[in-house]
Amino acid sequence: MDILSDSADMSAYVDGFMWVLRLTITSAIASFILGVILAGFRVSPIPVLRGIGFLWVSAFRNTPLTLIIFFCYFALYSTFGLKFSGNITINNFWLGVVGLSVYTASFVCEAIRSGINSVPVGQVEAARALGLTFMQVLRLVILPQAIRSTIGPMGSVLIALAKNTTIVGTIGVIEASSVMKGLINDHGDQVIPIFVLFAGTFAVVLIPTGYLFGWLSNRYEVKR
Amino acid sequence: MAEQQALIEIDHVNKWFGELHVLKDITLNIERGEVVVLLGPSGSGKSTLCRSINRLETINDGEIRFDGQPLPAEGRSLAKLRADVGMVFQSFNLFAHKTILENVTLGPIKVRKDKPAAAKEQAMALLKRVGIDSQANKYPAQLSGGQQQRVAIARALAMRPKAMLFDEPTSALDPEMVGEVLDVMVSLAEEGMTMVCVTHEMGFARSVANRVAFLADGQLVEQATPEEFFADPKSDRARDFLAKILTH
Ligand SMILES: Nc1ncnc2c1ncn2[C@@H]1O[C@H](COP(=O)(O)OP(=O)(O)OP(=O)(O)O)[C@@H](O)[C@H]1O
Ligand SMILES: [Mg+2]
Repeated sequence: MDILSDSADMSAYVDGFMWVLRLTITSAIASFILGVILAGFRVSPIPVLRGIGFLWVSAFRNTPLTLIIFFCYFALYSTFGLKFSGNITINNFWLGVVGLSVYTASFVCEAIRSGINSVPVGQVEAARALGLTFMQVLRLVILPQAIRSTIGPMGSVLIALAKNTTIVGTIGVIEASSVMKGLINDHGDQVIPIFVLFAGTFAVVLIPTGYLFGWLSNRYEVKR
Repeated sequence: MAEQQALIEIDHVNKWFGELHVLKDITLNIERGEVVVLLGPSGSGKSTLCRSINRLETINDGEIRFDGQPLPAEGRSLAKLRADVGMVFQSFNLFAHKTILENVTLGPIKVRKDKPAAAKEQAMALLKRVGIDSQANKYPAQLSGGQQQRVAIARALAMRPKAMLFDEPTSALDPEMVGEVLDVMVSLAEEGMTMVCVTHEMGFARSVANRVAFLADGQLVEQATPEEFFADPKSDRARDFLAKILTH
């Protein structure tokens, strides 16, 4: 392929995927933390917290991500003046992270919650019957089993997140799909090779990621 | 000698599940070293009564005392009470993510604050007693039901309990594995362990129980020695129950 023989094209390609990587990593961390908290809310004995968790998940899981990203840009930034940085690209990056994280957190939350629900009640009763305290039961029995059954679903959430980062291109972060669009504009005769290059780059990283999570999930699966 | 207080005192206990009155004014004392078998038709409240002794079920009315003390409502004192009362479940409930050895050492280390080495030594001795010592490093799913249930008994014994509760410990087992679990229970009884057993094993009730308590519809209908109960049940409900069960 001669599209990347041009060093400017080459560096655009690398930059595009670097933004994908930054968006993925930052949003993965933020949505994981947020998702764990939300899952805590959803299984908590306090009705108000359960309500917040439920509303969050219902709202964000059922709204198209593009709308959420637009909301971050046009509402949070343009209307309410939320500003992370004077640098417009950096600012858009963080607005994108906010959108991706609130959205992805709802999926993380549900993965963890179903992990917790997959622990049979008998495991908890046996632990309580031994005289373990509530926190010990949670720490020694529920969470270790819940987290193991969450590994597989977390892999899917991470892969979806990596692909979803391209939507942040709509608010001016020149990530991979925006770079691809630019290259196609410049090299209209090479649409197929350009497409294959970008899709292939995602595939080369995400397919092994999928297998890794599958392997981890099998390795640590709780056999019943 | 002064009369010794019963280890478990169940005193005018009532329990409802919503509208359903599942324990009706139950009064029953279990002496130290005594083996009491709870019998009764399905849904009569046997499990609920057994589970309320370590407060896995809460009662609505009346009082249960263990070793002279009313059951604590919650928190650390409830955990402490539970540590003194071993429980064996129908479905074994071994911790699926822990090895057999870890299952038996978890309680002693985390609750009794035993040193890991001491806990391990005790666990191996208990596993040897129930005949599973060679499988100590396997996971529960790798063992047969009978083996898992014997581990569950070892796990409960590792807490050095003052009493043991059994809720249909052999009902989930293939017939050929029932004997190995009952053997362990018989030897415990012979050692003088205080035991409350819900079971449909009439042979065990006859030969091991000091007393049979018969429940029906949430009521304690009668209690008697097994000899009396099986030969000459006083109530129609018990006669019906025995007629059904003994024709099988
Ligand atoms: N968690 C619960 N919520 C509502 N009702 C319950 C609950 N647990 C038990 N019950 C009801 O309470 C009654 C007594 O149940 P329990 O399990 O104590 O009976 P049992 O004598 O152990 O019966 P079995 O021989 O079938 O085990 C039954 O009618 C049962 O349906
Ligand atoms: Mg029962």
